[in-house]
Amino acid sequence: MSTSTTHKNLIEIRDLSVTFPSEAGTVQAVRNVSLDIRAGEVLGIVGESGSGKTVMSLSMIGLLAESAKITGTITYDGVNLLSLNDNEMSKYRGKDIAMVFQDPLSALNPVHTIGRQIAEALHIHSDISKEAALARAVELLEIVGIPRPAERAQSYPHEFSGGMRQRVMIALAIANQPKVILADEPTTALDVTVQAQILDVLKTARDMTGAAVVLVTHDLGVVAGLADRVAIMYGGKVVEIGNVDEVYASPAMPYTIGLLRSIPRIDGAESSRLTSIDGAPPSPVALPPGCAFAPRCPAAAPQCDASVPALVSISPTRMTACVRQTEIAGLQSSGKLFVEGPRHIAQSSSTDAVALEVRSLKKTFPLMKGSVLRRRVGSVYAVDGVDLVLREGRSLALVGESGCGKTTTLLEILNMVAPEAGIITVLGRNVAELSKKQRLEMRKDLQIVFQDPFASLDPRLPIGDAIAEPLANFGMPKAEQNQRVMELLELVGLQRDHASRYPSEFSGGQRQRIAIARALALNPKVIALDEPVSALDVSVRAGVLNLLAELQEKLNLSYLFVSHDLAVVQHVADDIAVMYLGGIVESGPVDEVFARPQHPYTQALLSAVPIPDPKVERVRKRIILQGDLPSPANPPTGCRFHTRCHVRATLSPELAAKCVSDRPELTSRKSSRVACHAPLN
Amino acid sequence: MLGYILRRLLNTIVMVIIASTAGYFLASTALFPRGNYEAANPPIPKESIDAVLDRSNVNDETPLLERYGTWASHVVRGDFGLDLDGNRINEEFSRRIWVSLRLLVIGSIIGATIGVLVGVVSAVRQYKLFDRGFSLAAYFLLSTPVFLLAILLKFGGIKFNDWIGSTFFFTQGEYSAGFEGTDFEFFVNRLQHLILPTLSIALGSIAFYSRYQRNSMLDVLSSDHLRTARAKGLTKRQSLFRHGLRVAISPMATFFAYGFGLLIAGAAFTETIYGWFGMGQWFITAVAKNDINSVTAVVTFTSVLVLFSGFLADVVLVALDPRVRSR
Amino acid sequence: MAAAATPTTAGADGLGDRLSRGALIRRRFFRNKLAVFGLCVIIFMFFMAFVGPYFSQWNYYENDFENLLKPPSSSHWFGTTQIGVDVFAQTMRGLQKSLIIGLLVAIFSTGLSAFIGSVAGYLGGRTDRAIMWVVDLLLVIPSLLVLVILSRYYQGKSWLLLVVGLTIFDWMITSRVVRGLAMSLRERDFVRAARYMGVPTRTIIARHLLPNMASIIIIAATLNVGGAILGETGLSYLGFGVQAPDVSLGTLIAEGTGAALTYPWLFMFAGASLVLTVLSVSFIGDGLRDAFDPGSSKSKKI
Repeated sequence: MSTSTTHKNLIEIRDLSVTFPSEAGTVQAVRNVSLDIRAGEVLGIVGESGSGKTVMSLSMIGLLAESAKITGTITYDGVNLLSLNDNEMSKYRGKDIAMVFQDPLSALNPVHTIGRQIAEALHIHSDISKEAALARAVELLEIVGIPRPAERAQSYPHEFSGGMRQRVMIALAIANQPKVILADEPTTALDVTVQAQILDVLKTARDMTGAAVVLVTHDLGVVAGLADRVAIMYGGKVVEIGNVDEVYASPAMPYTIGLLRSIPRIDGAESSRLTSIDGAPPSPVALPPGCAFAPRCPAAAPQCDASVPALVSISPTRMTACVRQTEIAGLQSSGKLFVEGPRHIAQSSSTDAVALEVRSLKKTFPLMKGSVLRRRVGSVYAVDGVDLVLREGRSLALVGESGCGKTTTLLEILNMVAPEAGIITVLGRNVAELSKKQRLEMRKDLQIVFQDPFASLDPRLPIGDAIAEPLANFGMPKAEQNQRVMELLELVGLQRDHASRYPSEFSGGQRQRIAIARALALNPKVIALDEPVSALDVSVRAGVLNLLAELQEKLNLSYLFVSHDLAVVQHVADDIAVMYLGGIVESGPVDEVFARPQHPYTQALLSAVPIPDPKVERVRKRIILQGDLPSPANPPTGCRFHTRCHVRATLSPELAAKCVSDRPELTSRKSSRVACHAPLN
Repeated sequence: MLGYILRRLLNTIVMVIIASTAGYFLASTALFPRGNYEAANPPIPKESIDAVLDRSNVNDETPLLERYGTWASHVVRGDFGLDLDGNRINEEFSRRIWVSLRLLVIGSIIGATIGVLVGVVSAVRQYKLFDRGFSLAAYFLLSTPVFLLAILLKFGGIKFNDWIGSTFFFTQGEYSAGFEGTDFEFFVNRLQHLILPTLSIALGSIAFYSRYQRNSMLDVLSSDHLRTARAKGLTKRQSLFRHGLRVAISPMATFFAYGFGLLIAGAAFTETIYGWFGMGQWFITAVAKNDINSVTAVVTFTSVLVLFSGFLADVVLVALDPRVRSR
Repeated sequence: MAAAATPTTAGADGLGDRLSRGALIRRRFFRNKLAVFGLCVIIFMFFMAFVGPYFSQWNYYENDFENLLKPPSSSHWFGTTQIGVDVFAQTMRGLQKSLIIGLLVAIFSTGLSAFIGSVAGYLGGRTDRAIMWVVDLLLVIPSLLVLVILSRYYQGKSWLLLVVGLTIFDWMITSRVVRGLAMSLRERDFVRAARYMGVPTRTIIARHLLPNMASIIIIAATLNVGGAILGETGLSYLGFGVQAPDVSLGTLIAEGTGAALTYPWLFMFAGASLVLTVLSVSFIGDGLRDAFDPGSSKSKKI
């Protein structure tokens, strides 16, 4: 970590305001923000949707849409960048100021080779020969960690994996030794282990160029490990800014406080509680007159609504925008600020009743090629022998990265038909033996909540009808339906009279609650949840998680979670099953597995999850997995994980060979089950 | 790649067979060549009529399947049979095919190239005068049926000729009959006959392609990778031409196949109005004359053309877009 | 452009006063000048075609032998033909025909394509491939040519057969669009959720699929009207569409072309009505598309 002792300001932003015209009104994306970027520092800009963080980064590089109205100044090297026209600004872009975007697939030109795209970046700003540019491009690819760079420079973007593409983006950014690197959500679209790799690459890039890095993200954990200073944005303004250690340890602005306490942490105690913040981030079209956070702030007072609070220094290294900030600390300690949520108590398995069981489940998809006359060229082994046990009243989390097959497993279970191979047992009945009528009956007991609250509700149905759909399907009379809908709305914390409204009128968090209400309609015993909070804003997640915990206790539900977010899992699940490339590598009680992981993959996964605590993050030893996830159409022989296993290198030759030849079975060890020839701990 | 092409070829052949067979059956059931002769006065003896019909294998008293069999066995050998007057259809075919192709190929090339250009410029200068002007023009062109456009152009040409006092635009036929002069002058004469008919079908094409190209271009203009190009330091214009163009144009390849089909329909009208003895005009007269074999020959030709343009479109798409190659 | 530019109407408060979706669409439509123009013109056209003849003193089959081949005047608003038929009455009659045929063909073909497209898209697999193969085949068969051949069957009979013929060859493109839509809707979570609730397929299609496709289907239908009118007039022009003694804009243009240089009113009004009608229908269709979905209008224009 570098501490900039010389506070030389590279970029000075003064009174920046950005608005866009839109159908619904003027979008106030950024309101009067003043900020400095210091040479060589890493500044994290953290915010949720509508906070204006992306617009901030785009305005620094001058890539806002034509319709944007910008006022204020952004000074770099004595020049106000906002006063430059496109040609002039183009001289700075890619040279002094570079940017890494969020989605590398759409950000790279699909019809040019990678080598050519990097060489172009060099050609634009310097008089370099074609050969020299290509050579330098290959060098850059090597620096960012792409194996066989000379060969891969001739490939196209779609032939790379997501992590590799993002490395290419970083190579593009550092090609001309920039002074400032803007990274807009660079790891949001990536898996956790890949995210760890990319953050590493960013560090390397920063060390190599000495550039200042502006890291824009919604993830407080990502920022904790990399940043020197952090700025929190809300409603188009910076509401808190300071040294990263201080801000995390003693946040001063209620939003920051609430945010930090609402995020589940992987190193949190099992009984830790999540603070939920009411409401949702405001829409930039309809901002409150005073402090943007006032409608949700437990410390809100009349003076908060009077005018927008200014960002003031409360210490040489801290600024905050809260008119009541002198009282905040006091309120905090007397517990009047944020109320902690319910504690999650692991249901003891007093009954051995099994709600859901899966043995040796397999699901293979044919790999098709060609468009007109399709033919099968292979198979995708999406689920390749999965065992799961969910006991009544408990929560089981199925964890893994993208492509591991967890969602496929979930959907297979929900289909409730005889699987390709293996046995699925729901509430004690083998689904293969169900008649059509019985299956329909069983559907009452197994319901699902999907990931994307915007997509899981029919935009054309009023939410009352959406919740009543399962009831109507099973023939409940209309009057009873209405009654039940009202009950359910109250149960999930919504108002009864909202039943006639349409999904578009609700926020993401509310829609997820509606989806939960719909899942509860038929009084199921088991609810499957596919990434229930991933698509929600960070400050809203805790509310939904707390609701789920409440409901589980009240209604004695069993949950099957599918998630990639280990911190969430740690908080809500009793048992966990870790999945890799179609198979379970480890399963057991959550605390056990997290504290003493036995499988190398679990260990790597846990070490990759960012913790929102700078002190801890900085000294963490990360296990960076080498290479890419193999394709499920072509899985490695023996142990699926052996191609990336960091433990294998330390094994004896015979054991290492066994990893390649024999696929390990899931066997009991200590209080969990592991599929490894050389388990840890 | 080769396997893909072979499979496409097979599919194409099957479709051609079905299309021409369907055409044959349709023509044979809908058209009544015997009627041509039955209404004659003085009446023609039945045996003579039968002989004429048999000569061309269109005697409705022969079972349909038998006729089809005969017809098909000749077609696979490349012989489309005889028309009602006893002329070889193949000869007529080979004369007329070039006439139509000249019109179609030139028309589609002009249509596609200018259309793409107009579309690109319209998108870059979105909502400015050029864009608004051409958009409105495109709307009008797309709302005007080809025959109306052809007629209007014809009249426009005649009026223009009157205005300048000499014949610049020729509106009948491919070239002036009995023309005498050097080869170059002959070429110019042909050109003068070519302009208006080509314009008739090209204008619609231009409007069609420009609309789609504009949309495709607009999509690309707001795309992420163009933003990346600018982030590297390319100006708006540079990023547009170096990065946007190719990606924006490749979808046009798929539209080409559909557009070509429309073009063929338009050509039939144009040929009739300008007196070009092409396939379209032949078809219309053949239907009027109840000439089954000719009709079927044209249907087959058209189907082959449509399928070929689709195939061509796929090839171009694969060449332009590497993402398609690995699919 | 970054997500910050698109406003979300979601926010905890102040939601009750947001415009309902229908009102929002109406507002967007009426702000589009071209669309409003189109709407007005179409209404005017319909009015003139069906009510206009009642105002004229002449019928479309009457011959005014005293006024042969006369230019437009106060008694013959659009002039007269060589045999003294009032061009206005004729044009309106032709307009009637073209409008009705266009409307009917559009409605039937769109309905057909909506049905076939959603079945193919939702069911997928072999059914889908089979249906799409048939669609491709029909697209290959030159529709104009076939309709010309088929015209033999409806010569002398009702023009309704013409409607049937045109419909058969008009539904293919739209069905592809509907199919694509159905396929993407099928994967949407709310459809999946309904499946996992055990809701039967036909209910899913009716309750979830069709309402969500409604906007696209309406737009397609509107644009198809223009295409159908163009198709019908083309056939009629060649003599293979609407048959004498009935009139259509196409037949009028065909009749009027011969003498048009000296007597432009013989075909000018018919031509102008044709172009104006199709033009306004296009404006309305595009206006609807922008009204339903302002952002994504780009790639589906025909």
